Amino acid sequence: MTTPNSYTTGPDERGHFGDFGGRFVAETLMPLILEVEEAYNAAKSDPSYQADIDYYAKHYTGRPSPLYFAERLTKEFGGAKVYFKRDELNHTGSHKINNCMGQILLAKRMGKTRIIAETGAGQHGVATATVCALFDLPCVVYMGATDIARQAPNVFRMKLLGAEVVPVTSGTGTLKDAMNDALRDWVANVESTFYIIGTAAGPHPYPAMVRDFQSVIGREVREQMMEAEGRLPDSLVACIGGGSNALGLFHPFLNDTDVQITGVEAAGHGIPSGEHAASLTGGRPGVLHGNRTYLLQTDDGQIKDAHSISAGLDYPGIGPEHSWLNDIGRVQYVSATDTEALECFQLCCRLEGILPALEPSHALAHVRKVAPDLPRDHLLVMNMCGRGDKDVFTVAEALGVTI
Amino acid sequence: MSESRLERRFAALKSEGRGGLVTFTTAGDPDYDTAFEILKRLPDAGADVIELGMPFSDPMADGPSIQAAGLRALDAGMTLRKTLQMVSDFRAADDTTPIVLMGYYNPIYSYGVDVFIKDALAAGVDGLIIVDLPPEEDDELCEPANAAGLHFVRLATPTTDDARLPKVLTNTSGFIYYVSIMGITGTKAASGDAVRAAVTRLKKHTDMPVAVGFGIRTPEQAAEVAAVADAAVVGTAIVERVKAGLSPDGIAGPNLVEGVVGYVASLAAGVRSARQG
Repeated sequence: MTTPNSYTTGPDERGHFGDFGGRFVAETLMPLILEVEEAYNAAKSDPSYQADIDYYAKHYTGRPSPLYFAERLTKEFGGAKVYFKRDELNHTGSHKINNCMGQILLAKRMGKTRIIAETGAGQHGVATATVCALFDLPCVVYMGATDIARQAPNVFRMKLLGAEVVPVTSGTGTLKDAMNDALRDWVANVESTFYIIGTAAGPHPYPAMVRDFQSVIGREVREQMMEAEGRLPDSLVACIGGGSNALGLFHPFLNDTDVQITGVEAAGHGIPSGEHAASLTGGRPGVLHGNRTYLLQTDDGQIKDAHSISAGLDYPGIGPEHSWLNDIGRVQYVSATDTEALECFQLCCRLEGILPALEPSHALAHVRKVAPDLPRDHLLVMNMCGRGDKDVFTVAEALGVTI
Repeated sequence: MSESRLERRFAALKSEGRGGLVTFTTAGDPDYDTAFEILKRLPDAGADVIELGMPFSDPMADGPSIQAAGLRALDAGMTLRKTLQMVSDFRAADDTTPIVLMGYYNPIYSYGVDVFIKDALAAGVDGLIIVDLPPEEDDELCEPANAAGLHFVRLATPTTDDARLPKVLTNTSGFIYYVSIMGITGTKAASGDAVRAAVTRLKKHTDMPVAVGFGIRTPEQAAEVAAVADAAVVGTAIVERVKAGLSPDGIAGPNLVEGVVGYVASLAAGVRSARQG
């Protein structure tokens, strides 16, 4: 594959990043997808739309999030200078709100009167329920029954925020099934409803739109690192489920080819075990949820269940732009296991006083692997994309502690 | 292409002055042998065109009944290769009833588009309905399938307005499948008047036969649709007869095939009672 002149021109007008992406949806949804695309293109060129996003980012979400030098972890690893982009400090506790704000402002512009969403860990569901409360729109969140059981605090938060949480029992009762049921809802309610997809996946224009909303993360890092160190970082690390926090950090740096970029997938019980959520490492290209991308699937093209201790990474696919960045080699994709993530969750608590979500704990596991061998002037930025309060029950159970 | 089984069948229906019955069953539900037994008996029971579902783990446009049917088939070891085998076995005894495979793109993409088209033609498949391939993705499968002589049957829906309809009809052949409701399969039914209006609208844009489905459950409803459309499609209600025939441990019970075939015969009687004006 040839190296493109720019890594940031995609997708094309049909929503393709190289071979990936596209619009693989039922005819009932197709006119709506086109309507969303048209509305988003119009909004992008309307200064008042961006002004609204900026206003709520500053006064409601709490942006910019800090770029924090993790001094004790840096000392512990004994190599690269480790910085955290603190998106876990956002209102609602993760990067998810960046995207939800952009989409609900679009839904309002389109005159939609009802919001639906899917959620895995519950972070996207909480963020969606939050903006629905803020803008007074009814909210229905589809969540796998398995995830409901392991993310009880977030389920209750969504209900407090006024959302209806619908348990999904079809399939395996996890994120992919929640997305199936959200799409089924949308097919039945196309006229009134806007579907706020939580990650940079799904049919065009969602992957590009979600990436645009999350790119605020990387844009801030550029400025903040210039301020802190007078230059750009040497490397970036982020965890990947669907991959929206990672793309948000990576995208503004893709054309800075000296910046080394690494995405960390969830290896669950280990790639050889087959029980993991590493679509790039352990999957192959296929078509699901409206886009072509790497998927965990059987020889017959049936979608396999993903496994990760982190509900937010427990998805058998990945955003199409990541599949493209993988194939052209601009971003390196690796994985970290449940056990490694759990170790780094605890390490981060003890050394930095930060409870990371289990999702970025996977990113930290990779940082722990590479930082010791990097020079001390190497600037590494890891996206701390969510806080771990929601995960304390899961972690306690994994550690055999009753609380 | 020379006249296909689908074209011959719809021409015959027209000369009989009646609408047809299109049945949907899932290949391999609840197991290969039982599903094949049902398939073989559908033409005598009165199915004019057969839609055979290719099971998929994530059928996004289907309601609970057809989702469950697909999972039963997959649990029993069904694969796309076996679905093609089933069509081939069927063709050994029946060379006239059109068979249209219906499903989602990923299993075909995984199989390999070119090999799939070749194998489907060799098995005796007449057409494809691939739910998640809209006209915007025609270069994936629709164009090569059409070029090879497989009909690509497309869904049109209430959201497909007059501006979009020509795009949907381009590259569609065999018949157009009008989904009479906005929603997933098996949830609700459209009124007779709504169906009549929709068929009239479609006929302004195409000479192709129009089959109407989603939500048809009774012989009376099938008759009502067949009176105004070229065919009525029944899926969920048939698949539910399969489920009703399962024994408590989930395998095919002794009366399963008779239950399904008898129900299809009642639908066929309904359709045949409705003369077109």
